[in-house]
Amino acid sequence: MTTTVHVGLAATVTGGVGASPLRPDGRLKVTGEFAFSSDLWADDMLWGATLRSPHPRARITGLDLGPALRIPGVYAVLTHEDVPGRRLYGLEHVDQPVLAADEVRYQGEPIVVVAADHPETARRAVQAIGITYEVLDPVTDPEAALDDAGAPRVHADRPNLLRHVPIRRGDPHATAAVVVTGEYEVGMQDQAFLGPESGLAVPAEDGGVDLYIATQWLHVDQQQVAACLGLPADKVRLTLAGVGGAFGAREDLSMQVHACLLALHTGRPVKMVYGREESFFGHVHRHPARLRYEHGADADGRLVYVKARILLDGGAYASSSGAVVANAATLGIGPYDVPNVVMDAYGLYTNNPPCGAMRGFGAVQACFAYESQMDKLAAALGLDPVEVRVRNALHTGDRMPTGQLVEGPAPVAELLRLVQAKPPAGQADFPPGGTANTTRGEGVVRGVGYGIGIKNVCFSEGFDDYATARVRLELIAGRPAVLVHTAAAEVGQGLVTVQAQIVRTELGVDQVTIAPADTAVGSAGSSSASRQTYMTGGAVRAACQAIRDRLLTRLEGRAPSHRHTYRKGTLPSSEGGRAGETALRLADGQVFGEDGTVVADIAELLADGAIEETVQWRHRPTFPLDPETGQGDAHVQYAFAAHRATVDVDTELGLVKVVEIVTAQDVGKAVNPAAVTGQIQGGTAQGLGLALMEEIQVVDGKVRNPSFTDYLLPTIMDMPPMTVDVLELADPHSPYGLRGVGEPPTISSTPAVVAAIRAATGAALTRVPVRPEHIVGV
Amino acid sequence: MRLTCTVNGTTRTADDVWAGESLLYVLRERLGLPGSKNACEQGECGSCTVYLDGTAVCACLVAAGQAAGRDVRTVEGLAPEGELDPVQRAFLQTGAVQCGFCTPGLIVSVHDLLARVPHPSDPEIREALAGNLCRCTGYEKIMDAVRLAAAGGAGS
Repeated sequence: MTTTVHVGLAATVTGGVGASPLRPDGRLKVTGEFAFSSDLWADDMLWGATLRSPHPRARITGLDLGPALRIPGVYAVLTHEDVPGRRLYGLEHVDQPVLAADEVRYQGEPIVVVAADHPETARRAVQAIGITYEVLDPVTDPEAALDDAGAPRVHADRPNLLRHVPIRRGDPHATAAVVVTGEYEVGMQDQAFLGPESGLAVPAEDGGVDLYIATQWLHVDQQQVAACLGLPADKVRLTLAGVGGAFGAREDLSMQVHACLLALHTGRPVKMVYGREESFFGHVHRHPARLRYEHGADADGRLVYVKARILLDGGAYASSSGAVVANAATLGIGPYDVPNVVMDAYGLYTNNPPCGAMRGFGAVQACFAYESQMDKLAAALGLDPVEVRVRNALHTGDRMPTGQLVEGPAPVAELLRLVQAKPPAGQADFPPGGTANTTRGEGVVRGVGYGIGIKNVCFSEGFDDYATARVRLELIAGRPAVLVHTAAAEVGQGLVTVQAQIVRTELGVDQVTIAPADTAVGSAGSSSASRQTYMTGGAVRAACQAIRDRLLTRLEGRAPSHRHTYRKGTLPSSEGGRAGETALRLADGQVFGEDGTVVADIAELLADGAIEETVQWRHRPTFPLDPETGQGDAHVQYAFAAHRATVDVDTELGLVKVVEIVTAQDVGKAVNPAAVTGQIQGGTAQGLGLALMEEIQVVDGKVRNPSFTDYLLPTIMDMPPMTVDVLELADPHSPYGLRGVGEPPTISSTPAVVAAIRAATGAALTRVPVRPEHIVGV
Repeated sequence: MRLTCTVNGTTRTADDVWAGESLLYVLRERLGLPGSKNACEQGECGSCTVYLDGTAVCACLVAAGQAAGRDVRTVEGLAPEGELDPVQRAFLQTGAVQCGFCTPGLIVSVHDLLARVPHPSDPEIREALAGNLCRCTGYEKIMDAVRLAAAGGAGS
């Protein structure tokens, strides 16, 4: 059930902003015709495969490629020596080898790539490669890694401390009447997109390569691939292939350079598709974290101070760890107004699997800890858990621990009250244990828990964050039609739908085509940080507005009586044009005067030719954090979501059934309400997964469960019915007032579920995912 | 080996099939039917669900040779060319499709469920689809899609 509590702009155009038109790619997806990156095929195509290290840390002492090369059907066996350009890549630090040279730093690190005429031949060739290692002791404890003198360096040329973000606000020695402390741990979560890493590299006649790839950011892939191939960017052309989910796991390169190397070496198209086991080694994961918190409050429950220390295990290579550490630090006390803060967040290199971006990006780990602390504080004071949160809730005009003013709506208390006010959950469809007949109700207790979280939207800390859109309005078969061309990655979230909606609203043209995303147009930035509707949406809107300006200029010669009513840049009143200002409106392929009369047909104005505009669009600038105090206006927008979870727990077996989840989120403006609800439900499910089952289990640097048999994802049996409330409190700085939607629901569902289990059982539960033995205490 | 089977009502033959290939590989790479998906190839996710002689199975767990002489129906064969099955329409209309990688397998599973149980209860839906993983939706809109299709609301 979805209730829209506050409605902002009314939808005035069919299929425009605020409506929920069907996805343009939906029909192909339900018939099986949609071409995902693993579905691609070319004449004469070869298959790539990868030899990976079985050791988390080892020196390569011998390599014999002969046995692989002698297998019929094998066309190439390549090592680091065959990388013609830069042999390293990386998002923030260029520290990760395309193929390992002398040393491997994590289990699964690629060493050799092979191309063969059948995937099985390629796999056998990988197995035939002779390789010997000198196995070294891995650095696996991030706490030990922090001690530069005490642990070996993962990278000889730099300390294991990847980044430290301190934040200091107010009095570091503040004291309080009531103090609660806690230590928490978050396991390593996997994005577990369903479409595995895959793509097709096709060598081109100009010596370059065309790569069809599932990614989140075409241009950052292009930059890195071109550098590694030693080619100029215009010789490395990327086109987005169908993306089977992303959730952060496609921010880093996986098989991109490998497939291109093999294609350029063999002169034939090369397809690479990871299997599920390989996928667990093929992308970065969510940082496991250890978190220590101390909250001090007065007798009324008002927070006086928070002191926190967050340790994030970055694994063998940096990926986006630096930004994750900054997020954990800057968002680490949650959506609360606290006068005194001492926060230190650290990211470490270890020989564990590399960690980087996953939905929630540093905010998830912190939220589990600070929300657990808020429950502890409520218990210490004898207060209701929602009441203690509301008393400390962040409001517009408050300051974050970074000193940044919270300018836009911050409905923290309102979201909490909304989820609290919902009627209690009814009977569950299933007992804990599902249909396995493990209980008939004996030993089953119910609990309710709450969580609220905060997330930054878009890129932060002064990053030059922009998106590019090329929009063309033209006549096709005598009717106005629009073509939108961007490099923005549709990863399932519905960006293609939203782009068309924005065009319909801005230009009043129904016929909108979204061109395939590729690098022939400027960068759109990444489909991450909940930013694409804001950024690419903003760019498409700006391009449409530029087109409208030019279109209406054509009107001047034709309809003098209306000339005075038009001013450049004026928005239609339906979209926020200022009161008292007259404006023309584009709708239904026509130009309307403010009195509702038709001034002109858009088609008629296009007789003079098509209008095309390419716009590079930026959000307000952000600024770096002071390296010693962590002060600075680092973020552009904050987003909030709250959850209430109701669980039934079988206290004898430690099994949990989540009975119901109620959630409320402020989205500023629901550009596509159905897609917004879908994001909230899906994000909530990933948070439930982290609370109850999802963990890559790493022992001595080795992954013990790289399969969907052993890495458990929430099924339809695990997910409860969800009630979603959507607030639309406009942000004055963003397009249509919208707020990024994708990440917040993943953040607060985890602590809400755990709080509910605590409420039911009284167990302390300081670690996620919660295991049965944590509940029964064995 | 040479493999001959009926796929979506047509007799199809694939040559040079290696004995270790799965039915999923043959469909995707040899017969030009990539609609059945390769999310885990371990029988855990249901994204490759197809009918084999009328029974819904994971095509990744069927050796190619086991399909010889048998009748295979994939997501591409649920509706005549250019048309949609009511289950496909329901997924589209309810927003049950995001990235779409789980969608073909789920649609075949739901098609199979509704053929057996035309009006399933919510618990029956959940139990029947417990073998189909979706990472995007949290399953709420998939529940909506099944209810809509069962109610005949997606059109026929």
